[in-house]
Amino acid sequence: MNIVVCVKQVPDTATERKLRSDDKTLDRDAADGVVNELDEYAVEEALKLKEAHGGEVTVLTMGPGKATDTIRKALAMGADKAVHLSDEALHGSDALGTSYAMAQVLKKIGFDLVILGAESTDARTGVLAAMLAERLGTPQLTLANKVEVEGSSIRIQRLTDYGFDKVEAALPAVVSVVEKINEPRYPSFKGIMAAKKKPVETLAIGDASIDAGQVGLGAAWSEVVDFAAAPPRAAGTIVKDEGDGGANAADFLASKKFI
Amino acid sequence: MSEILVLVEQVEGEVKKVTLELLTLARSLGTPAAVWLGPGYTADAKAKLAEYGAETIYVAGSEELVQYVVAPKAEALAQLVADKSPAAVLVAATAEGKEIAGRLAVKTDSGVITDAVGLGDGFVADQSIFGGGVNVHSKVRRGTPIVAVRPNSTAPAPSAGAGAEQEISVALSEAAKGARVVERVKQEKGARPELTEAAIVVSGGRGVGSAENFAVIEQLADALGAAVGASRAATDAGWYPHQFQVGQTGKTVSPQLYIAAGISGAIQHRAGMQTAKTIIAINKDPEAPIFELADYGVVGDLHQVVPQLTEEIKKRK
Repeated sequence: MNIVVCVKQVPDTATERKLRSDDKTLDRDAADGVVNELDEYAVEEALKLKEAHGGEVTVLTMGPGKATDTIRKALAMGADKAVHLSDEALHGSDALGTSYAMAQVLKKIGFDLVILGAESTDARTGVLAAMLAERLGTPQLTLANKVEVEGSSIRIQRLTDYGFDKVEAALPAVVSVVEKINEPRYPSFKGIMAAKKKPVETLAIGDASIDAGQVGLGAAWSEVVDFAAAPPRAAGTIVKDEGDGGANAADFLASKKFI
Repeated sequence: MSEILVLVEQVEGEVKKVTLELLTLARSLGTPAAVWLGPGYTADAKAKLAEYGAETIYVAGSEELVQYVVAPKAEALAQLVADKSPAAVLVAATAEGKEIAGRLAVKTDSGVITDAVGLGDGFVADQSIFGGGVNVHSKVRRGTPIVAVRPNSTAPAPSAGAGAEQEISVALSEAAKGARVVERVKQEKGARPELTEAAIVVSGGRGVGSAENFAVIEQLADALGAAVGASRAATDAGWYPHQFQVGQTGKTVSPQLYIAAGISGAIQHRAGMQTAKTIIAINKDPEAPIFELADYGVVGDLHQVVPQLTEEIKKRK
């Protein structure tokens, strides 16, 4: 089975995240870049499926040069090879532009299964998997907390507000995973060393038939008009529980008309 | 004024509160038209949608629309967008709502904004990003604005609309039938409101200590008519089901009141609840970062404070 797992480099949530004042895109220099957490679960699931069914796991990422760190981590976990879509023309692409560019690459490299995290911790749009499925014309098996492949069919459990749906489809398909699905492995020393020798193919937009008029900031379907740091919350009242903490909190709730 | 399509969210025929919020918001920007996709449409649903301002209700009652994942609803909406040329399309910023918005955006070659917390003239959306750290205004500049609006960001207010019903038929493509729902599994959650929709959320974290002890959190939630949430520490420990997790890898909630009990307030948790209007924190550790956000904080053992709070609420009702 030919599995492509999409990973994204995102700014570390634990560091300060900013937008650039010039073009209002993410300031990639302000924060440490890390693998989007949910994508690590996607990599793990891809590796598990490969271990069970054979085949190959390809990591696909779109991003500037330093996104190679993200690729290395996925390769160190056990992925076989990587494709890095990197082109200045892609800078500032929104979800529509990103999904278009990635779909073009996926069509070029081929796949039985595409797996990605359910959302990124920076933009948190939660739309990419659905957009990829739409663009590729393949079934959408998203928000999975369980994935099973049997021959050319795939079943997932799709997390819903009331529990879950059992969903089935024929391959090829696009899957997104939630954190509940597995426990991502840590790269071993051997894995880290092996990763250095694994092939990484870098593609520019022309290599994947990506129309420059459909990507980048200038072509984005939506734009940031302006932005500002959120005003800090005013300091609240903090009391120490002296046996009446619950009653005091109830007084506060009453003063705010919650009770 | 131009028509604004509002995708109705419903559970077994009952219109969800977020839809009433979207109709209220749509009224301030144009003429709201509700879109009902799937079975379950009733006179009660019609009355509710009209009560909150729907001038038109487009109804496609086919079972097929809910038998496959997301794609059929996006296709039905795309057909309506082509037929009616609305000024905008509003959906709830739930997991599924965002996915529908994403596919609709591709189908109609339109821009999409997810997780708006407000929407003004020219469909300029307010967004709160990076865990509530940055406020953004954004807008769609190509196609029909498609906006997924976060539940609880508009107060629903009734204002009667005509509620003129119009049946629509939808011809689904084969591609839309790719991912078939073979079974729906409902997990017991009692009578509590849904987490992302609830006006009040009571969440428990590491300090709760065990699955059994979550009863303390549930009792407070029930006294307040609230939903129960949990921090990642609590769901990772298996004390509470994963779908109730609030935070970066879980749900984003924006309730009127958020009570965090035994939650230290790691940045990943704060990312999911920071836009709550009022925050109460209960934690033994006076240095817990959650207190930086709290409008009211109690430094103390939640096992003492929460049951007392629950009793006081019951007494005062």
